[in-house]
Amino acid sequence: MASSVDGWIRRQGFPDLAPDANLSRGPRERLIQALLGLCALVTVFTTLGIAAILIGESVAFFRQVSLAEFFGDTKWTPQFAEQHFGIWPLLAGTLMITVIAALVAIPIGLAAAIYISQYAPDRVRRWLKPSLELLAGVPTVVYGYFALTFVTPLLQHVLPQMQVYNALSAGIVVGIMIIPMVASLSEDALRAVPRSLAEGAYALGATKYEVVLRVVVPAALSGIMASFILALSRAIGETMIVTLAAGATPKLTLNPLESIQTMTAYIVQVSLGDTPQGTVVYQSLFAVGLVLFVLTLGMNLLANRIILRFKETY
Amino acid sequence: MTEVQQAVAARFDLRLERRRRLGQILAVVLFFSTLFGLLVLTSLMVDVVRKGVPWLDWQFLTSYPSRNPEAAGIKSAIVGSFWLMLLTALFSVPIGVGAAIYLEEYAPRGWFLRLIQLNIANLAGIPSVIYGILGLGLFVRFFALGRSLLAGALTMSLLVLPIIVISTQEALRAVPQGIRESAYALGATRWQVVSNHLLPIAAPGILTGIILALSRAVGETAPLVMIGALTFIAFLPESLLDPFTVLPIQIFNWTARPQEAFRGLAAAAIIVLMMFLFLMNLSAILLRNYYERHRPH
Repeated sequence: MASSVDGWIRRQGFPDLAPDANLSRGPRERLIQALLGLCALVTVFTTLGIAAILIGESVAFFRQVSLAEFFGDTKWTPQFAEQHFGIWPLLAGTLMITVIAALVAIPIGLAAAIYISQYAPDRVRRWLKPSLELLAGVPTVVYGYFALTFVTPLLQHVLPQMQVYNALSAGIVVGIMIIPMVASLSEDALRAVPRSLAEGAYALGATKYEVVLRVVVPAALSGIMASFILALSRAIGETMIVTLAAGATPKLTLNPLESIQTMTAYIVQVSLGDTPQGTVVYQSLFAVGLVLFVLTLGMNLLANRIILRFKETY
Repeated sequence: MTEVQQAVAARFDLRLERRRRLGQILAVVLFFSTLFGLLVLTSLMVDVVRKGVPWLDWQFLTSYPSRNPEAAGIKSAIVGSFWLMLLTALFSVPIGVGAAIYLEEYAPRGWFLRLIQLNIANLAGIPSVIYGILGLGLFVRFFALGRSLLAGALTMSLLVLPIIVISTQEALRAVPQGIRESAYALGATRWQVVSNHLLPIAAPGILTGIILALSRAVGETAPLVMIGALTFIAFLPESLLDPFTVLPIQIFNWTARPQEAFRGLAAAAIIVLMMFLFLMNLSAILLRNYYERHRPH
């Protein structure tokens, strides 16, 4: 662009403009562009750094523990004399927390999204949305405190056989933590549905709830699904709530009233202890981290794919 | 009734009364589900205040942690949180805003840009404990910064970077295209357009993102536990390479102890942390509301 303008100016016989005319190609501009580009590259190097550290240490881990044992054994006992490194108990613990959290967050979050986007008067929405966002701003360690010192004693009144550290209260509180995420992302999807669809349904004689449940929600389904996946990926990676309230006993169980251990809680447990570098227990932290990373990355990519692929165009 | 109307009435039962009632029930259920989250937030706050207020006094704010709950306080944690926030802002704000400017205003559209965008979206979704592993491997060990304030702040900077980049990009995208075109038409260079026009107009949006990112950094625990900030700190950090503690770490430490007294201390520390975060969030929300009312045209 600039050069063709320059050429035109010269052809018209005008004198050369001041040296400033080429400012946009000058060294100062190029330096600034390079610096800004470098800033953008930091984000790429962050990903590469995470991958390099996780994979590097995991390779060292898998030199001592075979993949067959990692994915075949059903015991995780790194601290015992007889060490077992089977990931399943940690995966099962993570899965149990995630399922409980989903049972809490999906119905409540979706209901809140529907209410805020379809029912709430403008005035109510203006204070409901920020209040839900406050819920998202609560630090996870505070939720952990809440799960251990409030929810667990509360549930123990109803379920006296419940252990102090248990999957149920941790899972419920993780669910509460991700409600705002489900609600806000689903609400965006619901609000993106064109009004004409709802108006068409009204014109055919549908009542409000029929319009909402049978027209608007199905039209926004891909966005809603993506919000579920993103929220559950957050639940899988949640650390402080499960470290404080779910316990440190990796086991394969279906009983949510017992103490379990998630992948994240194990990572924290190892880093808290005085495990020397270079030992297999220390390296197991990175192997578990790699599984966690792959799992959450996969879910995030899937959600991204769903949003792009099923973006409805009306 | 004509014959047709009679036939219609016989075939279709509108059941309008029943459908309306069903709709009303649904509306009530949806409303109370929405309130559920606020109910939880309220009971959390009431519980924390009830347990924490008896411990919350001047001595608590100005004492170091101690084995004796009566003498324990959060002085080193408050100072540590303050420094961590300041340093994190120092690293993450210029890099995050710079990256967003590059991606929005400079980078040629194409597969590489799409890849970087996808990467940033994914970075925002990576569990914070993984950033802790990165900090442990990269800053604590590879750069040999040890379990220091600097290592903590660098780790936190990487953690909040995607938040700052994404919100800055959104703020820049909201600036009307005409502003850019008129500035270029007057012969402004790219950087002049960015620094003289786009940044001032996008400033409120960028600032909101920065505040949200920093409040995330102040409340985050897991990455700092990973890089080893969970130690007994009875002094204030004097250099970037000193060990440190922060409020969330202190809360974690006290909550994990079985004694009731330490739980009270944890509650008191939560009150301090939450008050600070509420103030930060409130200012972000007010800023955004102000911005929405005074949107530049």
